[in-house]
Amino acid sequence: MGRYLLRRLLQLVPVFIGTTFLIYALVWAVPGDPFAGKCGERRCPDQYIAFMTEKYHLDQNVFVQYASYMKNLLQGDFGQTFSQREISDIILTSYPNTLKLALVALAIEAVIGLGAGVLTGLRRNGFLDNLVLVSTLFLIALPVFVVGFLLQWLLGVQWGIIKPTVSSEMRLSELIVPGFVLGSASVAYIARVARTSIAENRRADYVRTAIAKGLPMRRVVGVHLLRNSLIPVVTLLGTDLGALMGGAIVTEGIFGINGIGRQVFRAIVTKESATVVGIVVVLVLVYLVMNLLVDLLYAALDPRIRYE
Amino acid sequence: MRVSKRATSAIALSAAAALVASGCSSGGGDGDAAGSKDGSIVIHGVQPENPLVPSNTTETGGGKVVDWLWTGLVEYPNDGGAPRNALAESIDTKDSKVFTIKIKKGTKFHDGTEVKSKNFVDAWNWAAYSPNGAQNGSFFADIAGFDKTYTSDPDGPDGPQKAPAPSAKELSGLKVIDEQTFEVTLSAPTAVFPTKLGYSAFMPLPDAFFTMKPEEFGKKPIGNGPVKFLSWEDNVLIKLTRFDDYSLRDKMKIKDVDVKLYQDETAAYNDVLANNLDFLETLPTSALAGDKWKTDLGDRGLNTTTPSTALIAFPMYDKRFQNPKLRRAVSLAINRQEISDKIFFGTRKPADSWANPLTPGAKPGNCTACKFDPTTAKQLLTEAGGFSGEMVFYYNSDSSHKEWMDAVAQQVKTNLAINARAEGVPTFAVFRQNVNGHKMTGPYRAAWQQDYPDVENWVNPLYVTGGSSNDGLYSNTEVDALAKQAGAAPTLEASHEGFAKAIEKVDQDVPSIPIYFYGQQSGHSEKIKKLELNNVGELDITSVEL
Repeated sequence: MGRYLLRRLLQLVPVFIGTTFLIYALVWAVPGDPFAGKCGERRCPDQYIAFMTEKYHLDQNVFVQYASYMKNLLQGDFGQTFSQREISDIILTSYPNTLKLALVALAIEAVIGLGAGVLTGLRRNGFLDNLVLVSTLFLIALPVFVVGFLLQWLLGVQWGIIKPTVSSEMRLSELIVPGFVLGSASVAYIARVARTSIAENRRADYVRTAIAKGLPMRRVVGVHLLRNSLIPVVTLLGTDLGALMGGAIVTEGIFGINGIGRQVFRAIVTKESATVVGIVVVLVLVYLVMNLLVDLLYAALDPRIRYE
Repeated sequence: MRVSKRATSAIALSAAAALVASGCSSGGGDGDAAGSKDGSIVIHGVQPENPLVPSNTTETGGGKVVDWLWTGLVEYPNDGGAPRNALAESIDTKDSKVFTIKIKKGTKFHDGTEVKSKNFVDAWNWAAYSPNGAQNGSFFADIAGFDKTYTSDPDGPDGPQKAPAPSAKELSGLKVIDEQTFEVTLSAPTAVFPTKLGYSAFMPLPDAFFTMKPEEFGKKPIGNGPVKFLSWEDNVLIKLTRFDDYSLRDKMKIKDVDVKLYQDETAAYNDVLANNLDFLETLPTSALAGDKWKTDLGDRGLNTTTPSTALIAFPMYDKRFQNPKLRRAVSLAINRQEISDKIFFGTRKPADSWANPLTPGAKPGNCTACKFDPTTAKQLLTEAGGFSGEMVFYYNSDSSHKEWMDAVAQQVKTNLAINARAEGVPTFAVFRQNVNGHKMTGPYRAAWQQDYPDVENWVNPLYVTGGSSNDGLYSNTEVDALAKQAGAAPTLEASHEGFAKAIEKVDQDVPSIPIYFYGQQSGHSEKIKKLELNNVGELDITSVEL
């Protein structure tokens, strides 16, 4: 177990360097001079451009820029944006918001998705099963922004149940609707995966044994069946956290949440490699750590799995 | 046009106020007034691109906040009229070359220090000293000694050479006389100079600015305006509050102003609908379609015009566009009224003059090339020898320009029977890079909003050789001479007459084609009982009453 963990952690290093360099180079390759559109319909003064170019080493090639960026990063310095703001500040203020939103979405996903999956998996082809089938199909088909705008307009503007946008305090109660919007498509996937997994294991030998030895149904389903059926669901949920955080940009925009999505978008448009990489570095770490956690959870869920 | 528009919105507002006033009179009206005095509003904003230093702020997100935090020597009345003195006691000149500026005594910066003449001189010197890299540095070009403090890169920013270090640190044309008086000497007579003084580049800076890094100052700016700065949470909120020691005309009638920083105008629009946001300056395009906003907002919606014009500029460095007859033909082939009606639902007005008619000194209807006359257009095209190849109209597609640019191209194609189409350039940055680098191969979209209200601002930057936004490299020695003469006229009236003559020459050459004048649709919450917009359509926060 310990050796496995160490091996996995060491694997993170090349993945980390590879992703950050790729992203840095990609943003660098985005066409357009970062200062060409900065002064509106006028060209920026030469002195201003020279000042900024020198400050951000923009006259160097991409390898030199990346190397000096990584050197600073390893010393904990994320650098500054073109507006001379500390990128670490941006990360510190926007990450908690996106993380909160993603966790709310994940919780909604887990509760609704798993609940629907278990119910339909146990009673296949019933009315409920068909209802869930149709409604999940509907959710998967609807793009996030449609769900978002619709709920915002209906609940916020027409009925006045919620405020159309989230306040800067980011209260939990305000995040339920945005969280549902963000997690809506995944709810559908979780429900379907859980349903299939439950339905399959329902006919497994160990379930028949459990029923045969007279265990109450609640225990058969809750402990024996559910635990063994969770592996694909946990895989989905674990990797989804990263996807939710990275994919929150639309939801953040609709509900006015100051998250990483808008920061990355703004930084890509203005060619601020340092900001993009700074935010994505943390996102990559989230992905990698979540993947590792999911792998370790397998062993906890299924005793047949062991790591060497 | 402006007066009638403004008048309608003012009537709608005062009617609402009257209703409320009559409702209040039965109950304790006093209590309500006190509530308004300490009231607070939340208004829409956009994250400023740079720290808030006036001479380094060129975009509207930060520009608005700077306008609220500072009061300049002169101010521009909300009705678009001629500028009047604000912080200045008097601005005297005999020859439009040497100006003696006296400022009012006893006004304060937000940190409690007094605003003295030195604060202006130091601030201007800082911005005009090119190594400081201030974006608005070129605004000081009128002042004597600018060529010594501001050097430009001999081979452009991309070239290997660097700009030489300036030989002077201070403008020789600025002289402090006493605590309230300073003297400005220009390198040539410029009648419009006092008008420029209300632009944010000319704001005073407190002594504290010069003791810290500009970006540190810009994160906690200290101004001298009716509101002072409290806090700024990036991308979330800028908090402003009434400055109690403010002694000039435009005092605040409420207390707190929170500027909520949005990334999406639709979200802000929904907030206005739900009374969760008190003011939104520009309604999103989705709300304008089919006049949806009128039914949504009723008398909470405002319809005004702003002194901005959308143009299509010709790349004069491209041989194919050097014949004025061809340019006039293209302009006459465009049905501006149809674009205004069909694409903008009447929210933008077809352009018929070179300078926006809301600008003092501008003459309405002086663009003879702005008519729709396909017959003459075709004839002119034949006289110009036709057009071979494809005429591509360029625009930046990261903003909503596709529809009207497509319409323009289609009209040119139909009416002139030439091969025309519109093409989007992905981002504004790439688009401007090509424009700045003179690499455009077809007519392209441009827009101009005046920096200060005077017709001069619609001629010198756009149509004079070497003008700061003359990206198409239009050059006509007659226009240059007339504009120079007009700029140096002893009075503003004479100057306006002079510029009218210069514009007549421009009108014959058609270096660009005005398409429409911008309109502005804004919305406010039920909470606001009275408000005014300033001369460029921003909210005048000092006029807000609850």
